[in-house]
Amino acid sequence: MIRTLGWLSVVALVAGLVMSFGVAPREVTQGTVQRIMYVHVPLVISSYVAFIVLAVASFVYLLRRDPRADRVAHASGEIGVMFIGLGIATGSIWGKPTWGTWWTWDARLTSVAILFVMYVGYLLLRGSIDDPERAARFAAVLGIVAALDIPLVHFSVYWWRTLHQPPSLMKPGGFTGSTAILWPLLVNLVAFVILYAYLTARRARLLRAEAEAVA
Amino acid sequence: MTYARRALAVARKDVAVERRSKETLNALVFFSLLLLFVFQITLGADRDRLAAVLPGVLWLGFVLSALLALGRTFLVEREHDCWEGLLLAPGDKSAIYLGKLASNLVLMTVVEALVLGLFVIFFDIDIRRALPGLFIVVALGTFGLATVGTLFAAMTANVRAREVLFPVLLLPVQVPVLLATVKATEALLLGEPLGAVAHWLKLLAAADVIYLVVSVLTFDVILEG
Repeated sequence: MIRTLGWLSVVALVAGLVMSFGVAPREVTQGTVQRIMYVHVPLVISSYVAFIVLAVASFVYLLRRDPRADRVAHASGEIGVMFIGLGIATGSIWGKPTWGTWWTWDARLTSVAILFVMYVGYLLLRGSIDDPERAARFAAVLGIVAALDIPLVHFSVYWWRTLHQPPSLMKPGGFTGSTAILWPLLVNLVAFVILYAYLTARRARLLRAEAEAVA
Repeated sequence: MTYARRALAVARKDVAVERRSKETLNALVFFSLLLLFVFQITLGADRDRLAAVLPGVLWLGFVLSALLALGRTFLVEREHDCWEGLLLAPGDKSAIYLGKLASNLVLMTVVEALVLGLFVIFFDIDIRRALPGLFIVVALGTFGLATVGTLFAAMTANVRAREVLFPVLLLPVQVPVLLATVKATEALLLGEPLGAVAHWLKLLAAADVIYLVVSVLTFDVILEG
């Protein structure tokens, strides 16, 4: 099952890569560097998927006290932090030639940066508790608080003027760009979500093995 | 004892302990005085520059003292070996949370009033016209800081490296509260009416309600053992 997921993500990632260079047109003003979008946007969106899974798994853990839910939350936290970190890095690489700066305190950059530090804090909390049962409980509470904080963070930074181009996929009125851009983006998005699922499943299995080795 | 009376008993105990020992308060008062020195030294005496950064610096002062005050919430019990006694209190554990929250709010109000007074004196700002609005902003902001702060203090009380972990967990979660309070304070000090910052006040109120409900519901989980 996990192995199938792994191969599926390889196939989807290769397809996404081929499409972002073969199918997607060369952007007129930004040039080839714009193709980084096909990695940048899926990375950030799948990190949000990871954080939502983390919150749901935390909630399930508090209700059922099922260690499996805790392992999913833990693994999702690690993969989510990695994805959002890579999303920030690719955004910086894209921002330098197009905006002329690696970083700016624009609204969406700021919210993503806040989420990054928030979930790094989540991993730090897990790392500083030895008792696995207590770590699971505390992390679940933090996971829920953090998830409820996401809309507040977004609203508060939204009231700043933004430099970022407005969202092109999820906006009122639907997608209006060319389908030559949409399809490569969607294929990459699916590929990265599958990759997230695969890595999380792998990590959760490893966490189970660690717990069994200690017990 | 009813739920409310149990919460009140915890709050009364903490206020009485603090009033008699002044352990935290003395240090906090001195700390906020030192903060003013630090701000003055690092920012220089240029009045225009000071006026521009004042709202941010004021809230930096509030937050730094809050980090010290809130982080100690459950250390009184730890240091005097009363932790188990507190846990043995019968009934719903969230009463303990509400009691601790109340005593934290009292402590923070005292410190913030002092910091604000020192700011008025040392930076020579006129806050009389902005005072009613400022009161609402500070009250909502302090409540937001204290709700999550009290919850996280319980979480980090039994954790390695808690002095570092507490601010590391609290600050990112509190970014909405900080943004809202600093922006609202800035507008109010510029003489704008309360209506101009209504959106920030709504955000603060929403944050306060969300934080309080989550904290009350999850506090039991943290005290389990």
